[in-house]
Amino acid sequence: MYDLIIVGAGPAGLTAALYALRANKKVLVLEAKCYGGQIINANKIENYPAINDISGVDFANNLYEQAKNLGMDLKYEEVIAIEEDKVVVTNKNKYQAKAIVLATGTEKRKLGLAKEDEYLGKGISYCATCDGHFYKNKIVAVVGGGNTALEDALYLSKIVERVYLIHRRSEFRGEKKYYDLLRETSNVTFILNAEVIKLNGSDQLESIDIRDKDGDISNIAISCLFVAIGQKPANDKFANLIDLDEDGYIKAYDDVHTNKKGIYVAGDARTKEVRQLTTAVADGTIAATMAIREMR
Amino acid sequence: MSVIQIEEKDFFEKTKKGKVLVDCYADWCGPCRMLSPIIDELSDEVNDCLFYKLNVDNAEKITDKYKIMSIPTVLFFNDGELKMTIVGLRSKDDFKELLEKI
Repeated sequence: MYDLIIVGAGPAGLTAALYALRANKKVLVLEAKCYGGQIINANKIENYPAINDISGVDFANNLYEQAKNLGMDLKYEEVIAIEEDKVVVTNKNKYQAKAIVLATGTEKRKLGLAKEDEYLGKGISYCATCDGHFYKNKIVAVVGGGNTALEDALYLSKIVERVYLIHRRSEFRGEKKYYDLLRETSNVTFILNAEVIKLNGSDQLESIDIRDKDGDISNIAISCLFVAIGQKPANDKFANLIDLDEDGYIKAYDDVHTNKKGIYVAGDARTKEVRQLTTAVADGTIAATMAIREMR
Repeated sequence: MSVIQIEEKDFFEKTKKGKVLVDCYADWCGPCRMLSPIIDELSDEVNDCLFYKLNVDNAEKITDKYKIMSIPTVLFFNDGELKMTIVGLRSKDDFKELLEKI
């Protein structure tokens, strides 16, 4: 029997572990793939208070080591269900806890177009900093309108010949700072009010079809499409017990409580206005603290 | 067993015999840095396979030949023949299962 089982080893989950371990609780962290969460994709974090800059991987490693040194038990198992009375079912085992923190985060949203999976690594990328270097002096496109899309376009503009930045609205959601920088970058071309509707090519991606707001379709030859259209939660497997909102985020009451007593939610997986690293670790802190306080 | 760094010039010599796994990475790629310790652990647990890592920054011929356009990419060989290419981060157990199929 564990005091606390935490599902997900991103910043929210690992912070919850940190707080619970420091309170001498018996903690199990379950992670399907690899600790660190989405932050490992961040080239540089520059908005975390008191840290000038740090890479996402270093941040994840530091946090992991910190919890590990307190005796964190982390198992690489995929949680497939939560049952009544706080039973956590994984692909390998069943565990019983006094309280559960769901810190399942989000995953990258796909366009949902035919051949998108087939072209992964062959002209479709979800990580500009990982794959940009393979497209030196080539023509590429970024699709999206948030900070990630703007940062990706800026990053790629230094490597490739030309970047098309495609966004379905007339204005970007991302910070104005990035937009201003992009406007001054000569090899970035904005394509606004347009959607990517088709991926063309044989063995690899060769061009995309885009449709503008009048319904006119045009074709752009590119070597790679970098997809940065945001994140989506993956909480459907908990829907039998836990209330989700219409987008699939776990409904949070009073910060980190779910509809189920003794089950908490922390980080990007929950309903909230601001999904940032700072708010994820804040959630982890609150969830662990409340779980311990309300434990019976 | 451990994961041995290889150079482009030695690539075909090193991969021509038996089961071989090559972790293609770069220092500037976050997910690659997360995959590296996973492959390290895998190499401690699996004995019938050789484990190598290749820095793609110094291996243009190899990245061209195997059309590596996204990293991390893991290449699986058996007696020099490419059997499988896995793009992106996976768990240790996933890699174990994949290795058993080679």
